[in-house]
Amino acid sequence: MHASSAAAPAVHYLNNEKTIRSWLTTVDHKRIGMMYLVAVSLAFLAGGILALLVRTELAAPGETIMGPDAYNQTFTLHAVLMVFAFIIPAIPAVMGNFVLPIQLGAKDVAFPRLNLASFYIYLIGAVIALTAVVVGRVDGGWTFYAPYSTSVGNGILFITMGVFVMGFSSILTGLNFIVTVHKMRAPGLTWTRLPLFVWSIYATSIVQVLATPVIGITMLLLFLEKLLGIGIFDPALGGDPVLFQHFFWFYSHPAVYIMILPAFGVISDLMGTFSRNRVQGYKFVALSSVAIAFLGFLVWGHHMFVSGQSAVSSIVFSLITYLIGIPTGVKVINWVLTMYRGSVWLQTPMLYALMFLITFSIGGFTGIMLGVLAIDVHLHDTYFVVAHFHYVMMGGNVIAALGGLHYWWPKMTGKMYNETAGRIAAALVFIGFNLTFFPQFIMGSRGMPRRYYDYLPEFEIYHQLSTMGSYILGIGLFMILGYLLVSLFKGRVAPANPWGALTLEWTHTTTPPDPHNFHHTPVVTRGPYDYHLAPELFADGHSGDGANVSPESVHRSPSEA
Amino acid sequence: MAQPAAGQPAHLKHYFVSSDQQFDAAKMGMWLFLITEILLFSGMFVAYTVYRVWHPEVFEAASDLLDWKLGGINTLVLLGSSFTVAYGIQRIQRGDRKGLIINLLLTLLCAAIFMGIKYVEYSGKFEAGIFPGGNFAPVGDYHGHDMANYADILFLPQFFSIYFVMTGIHGFHVLVGMGVFTWLVIRSFKGDFSPEYYTPIELTGLYWHLVDIIWIFLFPLLYLI
Ligand SMILES: [Cu+2]
Repeated sequence: MHASSAAAPAVHYLNNEKTIRSWLTTVDHKRIGMMYLVAVSLAFLAGGILALLVRTELAAPGETIMGPDAYNQTFTLHAVLMVFAFIIPAIPAVMGNFVLPIQLGAKDVAFPRLNLASFYIYLIGAVIALTAVVVGRVDGGWTFYAPYSTSVGNGILFITMGVFVMGFSSILTGLNFIVTVHKMRAPGLTWTRLPLFVWSIYATSIVQVLATPVIGITMLLLFLEKLLGIGIFDPALGGDPVLFQHFFWFYSHPAVYIMILPAFGVISDLMGTFSRNRVQGYKFVALSSVAIAFLGFLVWGHHMFVSGQSAVSSIVFSLITYLIGIPTGVKVINWVLTMYRGSVWLQTPMLYALMFLITFSIGGFTGIMLGVLAIDVHLHDTYFVVAHFHYVMMGGNVIAALGGLHYWWPKMTGKMYNETAGRIAAALVFIGFNLTFFPQFIMGSRGMPRRYYDYLPEFEIYHQLSTMGSYILGIGLFMILGYLLVSLFKGRVAPANPWGALTLEWTHTTTPPDPHNFHHTPVVTRGPYDYHLAPELFADGHSGDGANVSPESVHRSPSEA
Repeated sequence: MAQPAAGQPAHLKHYFVSSDQQFDAAKMGMWLFLITEILLFSGMFVAYTVYRVWHPEVFEAASDLLDWKLGGINTLVLLGSSFTVAYGIQRIQRGDRKGLIINLLLTLLCAAIFMGIKYVEYSGKFEAGIFPGGNFAPVGDYHGHDMANYADILFLPQFFSIYFVMTGIHGFHVLVGMGVFTWLVIRSFKGDFSPEYYTPIELTGLYWHLVDIIWIFLFPLLYLI
């Protein structure tokens, strides 16, 4: 590594304007991405503290630190914050905003002002949702099943309005990215030369644009149900609660792919970069994202096997659910193959990619188990489901987000974090995560229902293990926060391309990037992982650890190299 | 932020290479937005269909209380406004700024008439106690219908929930459109538009046609059948 010789450029996007006002009114996609990073991190912190409170309450049977009502509110808020204020915007709005335009060789997204508006809409929505805490009494989890959700306090008014508003932010971000990918690619950047991160954000954006309006109208109807008693979902007035579930899951199953598809993209980029190899089966990996995006719209009924929908539709939904295993498997197999044929460089981001392979695969397989009609009837509403979706959402999305954050942190901030601390924290996260959620599979399969604040003595050991795991996980996450913040002040200055990666944000921009990304629009002449075509980075093609990183190659188009 | 380089038109943003690219991007963004609008309404159309299939007799009885004449006038008014927008675009393409402004003002007038008639319809219903859902409390006489006959029809209020929600959200879209048209009129007076650059008018026109089309579905579904 030639890090010692690296020097940050005199002018970059962080220092070209310094006032607070210049940040709050910026239309620079990189600055907006960083503002999102701060905002979603705060949401994650709040949601995480609530999660620790939930686990602490469950450390022993009976009342431990809070009563049943407080417990219901705590897990509901944890879920709403994590799903709508953290996971959905996390990768697209932070890393998508920061990286996607640069990977496309563009100076910005297609609609920069709309991008800034999306950020404020997100903030307003999050604040409205949090007002519910003050108003009090939110209950029923993040699924808001009617008529129960509208029968408890007025908090639901603020939660639904908050989700409705945050939905607009999600729609506008997705719309912006779709147009950007279609219209703003640099010369030579064909569809088959797009980094897989771009492909997956593109697929995510399609889901965001097509699914989010449905949750929007559903939340609005629920809001009006509570406010005016319109009775669309109230059986007493002729409404149908099952219709609510259809509406809700028509969005919320695709929403699972809003959460996981960006993670796939991050992992693909990490696999290519840290294996010094082309991502195997590029076209399959790229198109499987699009396939998942579309299939994802046809399976919502697998959440409703026990809600009284017809047996025929349950069978059909179950079958289509199995199908999603295929494109997902295609990805996992190609990632493994990429490592097998490459030479793996075990830096912190790659550790997260490896973790992802394990935790996400467990989450995916248990998902197929739950899609099996006969099994689901028994496992429905147990901790097995809780464990499954945490393995997907946390073991999938959050682990990948952490990997991406460590990968792009040098580019975003211009500083390197402490690698040793990074590895220790990664180990803590991995151990803590599995200790938290694996016991939940066991107790769930033995009949422990979800969302209960109390339990029978036979489940005590699993709950205690799970609580212990959550503390370890918490320590690991706080450690990450700590060394990342330290790196801002004491970290080594990052070179332009510390990982020897081949996508444009590493090869054609300074670290941190110029306010306009590029001095000259890059001309792309090779694929995103064509290491064998990049002699300026790797004289011998596959040098792995200690890549010969040459910051001077920045601003030089590949054809000149 | 970088200023447009010499020789580039003032409307061209620095992060676009050409006016064509900028226009294509804007148009694609608008079409995507229209898709989200259709999906937003599709939720309500699904609710309408489900409940109509379940309680057809209720929907028939309830739609008698809607005045198809007022709804019909509104349909014609909106159709007319779609025409004036399209004609306005044609005028500015030919460089006729005055023609554009006149047509935009005519569009605004049509939208205002539409909302006025909506106001008459809504307030008449409220006086007769026709409120959505649980607040339904019919009193007296409404356009020759003795409301007492409607008090006991099971699930009748649900029709009006759907009616008020769908036409309400549609009306909200008309109001938003009026706001945007007002802004376009102001910009037209300032001379912002020319045969080379009229993207905002074209995109607002697309939005307005969608608002029109949604009403064309709402009118027969709610008033006629
Ligand atoms: Cu699902």
